[in-house]
Amino acid sequence: MIGGLFIYNHKGEVLISRVYRDDIGRNAVDAFRVNVIHARQQVRSPVTNIARTSFFHVKRSNIWLAAATKQNVNATMVFEFLYKMCDVMAAYFGKISEENVKNNFVLIYELLDEILDFGYPQNSETGALKTFITQQGIKSASKEEQSQITSQVTGQIGWRREGIKYRRNELFLDVLESVNLLMSPQGQVLSAHVSGRVVMKSYLSGMPECKFGMNDKIVIDKQGKGGKEDDGAKSGKQSIAIDDCTFHQCVRLSKFDSERSISFIPPDGDYELMRYRTTKDIILPFRVIPLVREVGRTKLEVKVVIKSNFKSSLLAQKIEVRIPTPLNTSGVQLICMKGKAKYKASENAIVWKIKRMAGMKESQISAEIELMTTNDKKKWARPPISMNFEVPFAPSGLKVRYLKVFEPKLNYSDHDVIKWVRYIGRSGIYETRC
Amino acid sequence: MTDSKYFTTTKKGEIFELKAELNSDKKEKKKEAVKKVIASMTVGKDVSALFPDVVNCMQTDNLELKKLVYLYLMNYAKSQPDMAIMAVNTFVKDCEDPNPLIRALAVRTMGCIRVDKITEYLCEPLRKCLKDEDPYVRKTAAVCVAKLHDINSQLVEDQGFLDTLKDLISDSNPMVVANAVAALSEIAESHPNSNLLDLNPQTINKLLTALNECTEWGQIFILDCLANYTPRDDRESQSICERVTPRLSHANSAVVLSAVKVLMKFMEMLPKDLDYYGTLLKKLAPPLVTLLSAEPELQYVALRNINLIVQRRPEILKHEMKVFFVKYNDPIYVKLEKLDIMIRLASQANIAQVLAELKEYATEVDVDFVRKAVRAIGRCAIKVEQSAERCVSTLLDLIQTKVNYVVQEAIVVIKDIFRKYPNKYESVIATLCENLDSLDEPEARAAMIWIVGEYAERIDNADELLESFLEGFHDESTQVQLQLLTAIVKLFLKKPTETQELVQQVLSLATQDSDNPDLRDRGYIYWRLLSTDPVAAKEVVLAEKPLISEETDLIEPTLLEELICHIGTLASVYHKPPSAFVEGSRGVQHKRLPGSAGSGESVDSPDTGSATGVSEAPPAVIPSQGDLLGDLLNLDLTPTTTGPPPVPASGMQMGAMDLLGGGLDSLLGGDLGGSPAMGAAFGAPPAAMPASFNAPVSSGLDDLFDFGGGVGMPMGAYSPPKTVWLPAMKAKGLEIMGTFARRGGVIQMDMTLNNKAMSIMTDFAIQFNRNSFGLAPAGPLQILTPLGPNQTIEVSLPLSTVGPVMKMEPLTNLQVAVKNNIDVFYFSCQYPMSMLFLEDGKMERQVFLATWKDIPNDNESQFQIKDCHLSSDAASNKLQGSNVYTVAKRTVEGQDMLYQSMKLTNGIWVLAELRVQAGNPNYTVSLKCRAPEVSQCVFQSYEAMLKA
Repeated sequence: MIGGLFIYNHKGEVLISRVYRDDIGRNAVDAFRVNVIHARQQVRSPVTNIARTSFFHVKRSNIWLAAATKQNVNATMVFEFLYKMCDVMAAYFGKISEENVKNNFVLIYELLDEILDFGYPQNSETGALKTFITQQGIKSASKEEQSQITSQVTGQIGWRREGIKYRRNELFLDVLESVNLLMSPQGQVLSAHVSGRVVMKSYLSGMPECKFGMNDKIVIDKQGKGGKEDDGAKSGKQSIAIDDCTFHQCVRLSKFDSERSISFIPPDGDYELMRYRTTKDIILPFRVIPLVREVGRTKLEVKVVIKSNFKSSLLAQKIEVRIPTPLNTSGVQLICMKGKAKYKASENAIVWKIKRMAGMKESQISAEIELMTTNDKKKWARPPISMNFEVPFAPSGLKVRYLKVFEPKLNYSDHDVIKWVRYIGRSGIYETRC
Repeated sequence: MTDSKYFTTTKKGEIFELKAELNSDKKEKKKEAVKKVIASMTVGKDVSALFPDVVNCMQTDNLELKKLVYLYLMNYAKSQPDMAIMAVNTFVKDCEDPNPLIRALAVRTMGCIRVDKITEYLCEPLRKCLKDEDPYVRKTAAVCVAKLHDINSQLVEDQGFLDTLKDLISDSNPMVVANAVAALSEIAESHPNSNLLDLNPQTINKLLTALNECTEWGQIFILDCLANYTPRDDRESQSICERVTPRLSHANSAVVLSAVKVLMKFMEMLPKDLDYYGTLLKKLAPPLVTLLSAEPELQYVALRNINLIVQRRPEILKHEMKVFFVKYNDPIYVKLEKLDIMIRLASQANIAQVLAELKEYATEVDVDFVRKAVRAIGRCAIKVEQSAERCVSTLLDLIQTKVNYVVQEAIVVIKDIFRKYPNKYESVIATLCENLDSLDEPEARAAMIWIVGEYAERIDNADELLESFLEGFHDESTQVQLQLLTAIVKLFLKKPTETQELVQQVLSLATQDSDNPDLRDRGYIYWRLLSTDPVAAKEVVLAEKPLISEETDLIEPTLLEELICHIGTLASVYHKPPSAFVEGSRGVQHKRLPGSAGSGESVDSPDTGSATGVSEAPPAVIPSQGDLLGDLLNLDLTPTTTGPPPVPASGMQMGAMDLLGGGLDSLLGGDLGGSPAMGAAFGAPPAAMPASFNAPVSSGLDDLFDFGGGVGMPMGAYSPPKTVWLPAMKAKGLEIMGTFARRGGVIQMDMTLNNKAMSIMTDFAIQFNRNSFGLAPAGPLQILTPLGPNQTIEVSLPLSTVGPVMKMEPLTNLQVAVKNNIDVFYFSCQYPMSMLFLEDGKMERQVFLATWKDIPNDNESQFQIKDCHLSSDAASNKLQGSNVYTVAKRTVEGQDMLYQSMKLTNGIWVLAELRVQAGNPNYTVSLKCRAPEVSQCVFQSYEAMLKA
């Protein structure tokens, strides 16, 4: 198991050092600094073995988190834990920066003592932790409160405490998708997938039982068989094929496995209910058509057309097209029909920004790139043209069908809960080779 | 208020100031001071001097302060054990506190204080906490048992904590169950044979129930534990699989991978025609693909695991090629791993896409990645025959880029393509030759030379090309030299008329001017062949070469099986068994898949020293083919061969000295027949030859006798059974098992070398690092015949004790380097101390008595030997065989006391008192020695000798 956990600043100075196991000596702290943080070469692996000690590291801005061990630990678990640790710290004091870590070092030690015992991760749900690890020192809690805390930390519903009350029961549900594309210069889709998240904010009283439904093909087909046969097809309710999905630990996985229904008791506040991935029938919101022509050795003509491919009533926002230029570019002349374009020498790219663009439109940019002559033999690698955007629909086609809330003990019903649903599709890695 | 100020105090006299503040009456000030102390501790300052002052702050009802003091205690208690006792009372009191959080905190912290005296006090509170009414306390106490076991395993067993821990598996709280499982698994690992985690269908059922309810981390502990269980039959296997599959949808990748591990393992037991088997296969792919959208570090771990899974069950991911396409801004470690998997999944169906991708990658920036991509194109050509032509033309395009490393890498792979499809793509040779000058890496040069030699008859200026290499012959690496030698001989056999001078030149360079035995031997053999029987030479040197196989660098099946059992763990990241990087007894057990074919008996071995340095990076998956060079038959550059190399049919008569082969005439043809110049040239040199050919024979015989002596003579000296010192996967196929023995007053290192690679191994040599007792090889390693694939050889290496001395930790550790034609390998092993006991180790009684009194009592150490059923006489006889001499024997109250002496090779005397009580299987040994650091090792030998 994890033998020690260290946090360093960008210079490699130790900010936090907690050793859990006897086999990790004090010199381990230095070994990591010397061999990884101060290493001349770029890090080639997130797992490093130094003198028979294995180090796992992740970086958040310029802070290094490293876990050390001498055993054959579950490596996946160690990384998951390090991310979780970052989440917990962020939930307590915001951004993970040197200043914040130093300001909260006592708190961090307290957290580390609680969520790792002898190197074994323990309950690390912020909801539960915040009930008894506070920066104000422990309140002299009554006996009932104490046992409530401990049963929550160890219990089956470790993510929610009892006795939550809201005057207004409200639910916010965001379907956030990022659509990824790799397209060949000829317009052939090399790979495309959507990775989506269903993120919720719930302000519900008591211990509500929730049920979430979406247009999952398997579920709809199953229901279709039940009676009204071509009902689904007629009403134009398209269902989508989900390749795979994962759930927050509050979701009853065995129930999903057997009935494919998503039922859970939600944590209070923000959380990510599920993640999913689809690869079939993706709506690609934009198409990029590049045209690169080399005119002699000192000039390059680039023309890029973008086409928006969705309902004309919808508006895409924050559109940005990034066209890489060769390293030996000396000057660029740009003409674009819409938006603003700029050549950014420091980034070796032309950045073309359009604030808003409706569906079924197209726009174009042309550039003349002048090159300096170099004797560099190596050809320019031609990195792909990448795109960023945001659209108000889910490119996977996912639709929320229902989100039902039941709280038998308190007197509010599903109808009393105010529910807000929104869809946002963003570009992930959206690239077209040129 | 910010706490960062505590990090900045650098004043002198800080400690005194802190001391004053710690003893202040004001609570706030105290707390501030403790915070400062902790901050100093973090940045590495020594604040242990403040120990009593900090401990004084422990008695407080401020929980935050208490936690800080505890943190300090955990860090410094070991250095101040006597002071730490001061804290015990507070701990014991806190364990009774009405607040469960404080009870748990106390028991958690106490377990982290590794001071013997404190652990004694820990037992009672721990026992209570294990039965506490509050689950939070119980789950903390469960982990505490593992902590205590790490400090004092005996105590844990004696106090019966293990049974209590087992009971906790049936606890009503899922987190308690999970922690108990984690603790038990860890304890069981250090007791491989104890049936501690006795998994039976009832406990499995309990675990599966808890699995649905506990935290994500608890699920991981339980799944990892489940993976160690072997179901009784396929029905049980299926029912467990059914209950585990829902975990594949968990958001935590570790839960997913651990579930995959359980499924991969239990699937082995399911009949393949079962419907469920197919369903399960289908269910595995999506979660694996989902792992690739996690953070890059997790992707890396997932990819390393997918690499294993794909090798074991290629069908799972065969349709998922696209997800492994490299993204432009993937970190380099993810890119390299994806590339590897792409090649594994390449098939006729997807080759066009793969090739297009690879071509794209070959223009990237990172040199390693580009090289790997180029090499991958070559591997595609070899793997998918239909694509070979396109691959070759892609490679040619890449050569045109003239980027130095791309060209070199391309030439290396084209050579492999020639091996796979002989006489098909020679048209490209001209292009290759154009780039001759730009090659500066040995591997590429060797590959190019091979190509020139192989196709000498079609390259008009082959002789010129090769001659140009010959100029700097001695500056070339061995690989290139060997290749050049062979290529020129080939050329000569193909175009004898024009190249005589060249071949003579290279032969004399190789035999007379070179210090390299490989090169010399190969040179002599060619020389002999050419001079005795050129026809045979032609048959041998130009023999048809076996085709190379399609799949390269697959992980050895037994290792793969073991790694599948370790999915998700470090072992699966390193692609090494845990024994290769974990010290001590943990993780030494080799895990096996259940019911899989070809698994023999388990290879559990008490690991003595196979845990050698693994500081190197995880193994590169593509082997550098150049490493496998070596045999005469010019198979040097083969990554893998399909069969054993053909054995030369003739031309190797040992004694024949007829150097003027008549057969040469026939080769040279009529018009040159019997050319005197030729004959003279070949007749002259090998004056040195008889010696070099006789030597192996005679010393080979020595070796035989030597070995016979070792086995035949029952010396009665203790010699431990052979253990694996160097596993094959760490040494490119060379496995070394070995032990030590003392025969006829000489320490012998007995080794079994096993060649598990596919190429012949030659040129073995051995060296030791400096060690505690100056052990050094007394002669060279006597392996004179090449070791063919799957061959095993036994050798005994006599050792002297006059080598350089350096104290090792542990004392009897020996670091060894073994070299062969492939590489140099390092391992370390431990020799039993008894090897060092001299034959003249018997002390006179008076001297013994005087010495015993003379050695201070501080130097005496006492040990227990358990479960030994020998009588005192039998023990004495047994020990005498290993040069432990009984000086006197005394019987007191039914107890036999044996007084024994032994002398180490460096002149140190060790005196012993062995107490044997009839009917009591536990012996007591007291050892006295002027150098007490040897006692521990001597005791270990005692135990081993007696139990042997």
